[in-house]
Amino acid sequence: MNAILTPVLLVVVMGFVFAVILTIASKVFYVPVDETVTNLAAVLPGANCGGCGFAGCSDYANALAADPEGVGPNKCPVGGADVAAKLAEILGIEAGSSEPQVAVVMCNGNSANAKSFAEYQGPLTCSAAATLFGGNNACKYGCLGLGDCTRACNFGAIKVCDGVAVVARELCTGCGACASTCPKHIIRIAPARNKVVVQCSNTDKGAQTRKACAVGCIGCGKCQKVCKFEAITIENNLAHIDPDKCKNCGLCSKECPTHAINNMRAKRQTAKKEAPKKVEAAPVVPPTQGESPRVNA
Amino acid sequence: MGVYFSIILGMVLVNNYPLAQFLGICPFLGVSKKLDSSLGMGIAVIFVMVMATAATWPIMRLLDSWNIAYLQTVVFILVIAALVQFVEMVLKKFVPALHKALGVYLPLITTNCAVLGVCINNIDLGYNYPQALVNAFGAGVGFLLAMIIFSGMRQKLENNDKVPKPFQGVPITMTTAALLSLAFMGFGGLV
Repeated sequence: MNAILTPVLLVVVMGFVFAVILTIASKVFYVPVDETVTNLAAVLPGANCGGCGFAGCSDYANALAADPEGVGPNKCPVGGADVAAKLAEILGIEAGSSEPQVAVVMCNGNSANAKSFAEYQGPLTCSAAATLFGGNNACKYGCLGLGDCTRACNFGAIKVCDGVAVVARELCTGCGACASTCPKHIIRIAPARNKVVVQCSNTDKGAQTRKACAVGCIGCGKCQKVCKFEAITIENNLAHIDPDKCKNCGLCSKECPTHAINNMRAKRQTAKKEAPKKVEAAPVVPPTQGESPRVNA
Repeated sequence: MGVYFSIILGMVLVNNYPLAQFLGICPFLGVSKKLDSSLGMGIAVIFVMVMATAATWPIMRLLDSWNIAYLQTVVFILVIAALVQFVEMVLKKFVPALHKALGVYLPLITTNCAVLGVCINNIDLGYNYPQALVNAFGAGVGFLLAMIIFSGMRQKLENNDKVPKPFQGVPITMTTAALLSLAFMGFGGLV
């Protein structure tokens, strides 16, 4: 009997002793968790995209609780103004403005428009392709179309359609994950209210740009002349639209001879009608749709 | 001194736990996707192995003296689990930096078979107390080495599209682990 009783008792007693020790330890070594941090973390979306500049939502909550004024409650691009207001309410400070931002791909050279000078056979990632002579595009600035941005996106908002990355603006939260991944640095985070964008990053001279891509900005300056708000400047043979001055009138995109400037709003409504003429048809592609309704000239 | 050196060398290269003795395969395959997480895991394993040995070796003496050595496994698991939980609380309170660095891996490996294995091996091989501690440390370092090599290889594999479709994911991971293990067999007879 003893042969059974002793080990059983021993293990039971050990378990009990450990339980008591751990219970006491959990009380003695209790580290108070700041309630504000828990509340802040509950409000945040939990996507852990890093758009705020911190390692994740809980990291942002910690930083915010430690220094509410310095960090600011409006850093979360996913939650936008709603979350900023809630965070500010918990902290008891002013929310500050949180303007919605979206990613803009500064290239629309799809496989039909942008020429390639070589056949690429390496690993199918942009970062790998960019290390080999900057990729196989004739244009040194253009989208490689191998989808590093798609893999970086937590929200399914950026897809590669026909060799060029396309942002679904209604899904994009402006977290900037794609922008920091892109080895060509052609994805910008811009205010969502600016619907007219220059979709080119080529700073070569016009003739050179034309050789490489049919829809590249050649720096002709027509947009600059037509713009009534003096929002457009040409720097290094590339048009630049000042987001503060632009009123989304879309005159420049109509005037642009190479369709390097595109009006995201007009495109959505008239995509079908204009499709045969336009080179770049519909930049807004819901992710479920898969293939874009893009029609090539 | 030579004894300790040969124990460490033996545990790191010849009797490497995941690659030659096939202990601790679960974290070896599970946490080796990224280099920094495998580093955290490896360091946590070293920490827990040394601590568990420090606690279980004297306890084995007690069990021996009471003639209930067969309770070894049960008692060791209990002791290691409780100890790791306890240490985690202490660390959280007094050394938050270390607690943050070890992170989630500390409770994760509480009763990992490699940790239990190193405690039982120490008894079976008849090591004395300092030898047992050195052995545990060497086992942990061996685990860390295997983790780092393997995670480096996995990262390369994931960036590569040359892997045939049927081999992608788990199959190529297993194959890689097997080849790596085979390579470590080459150290056999070193010590």
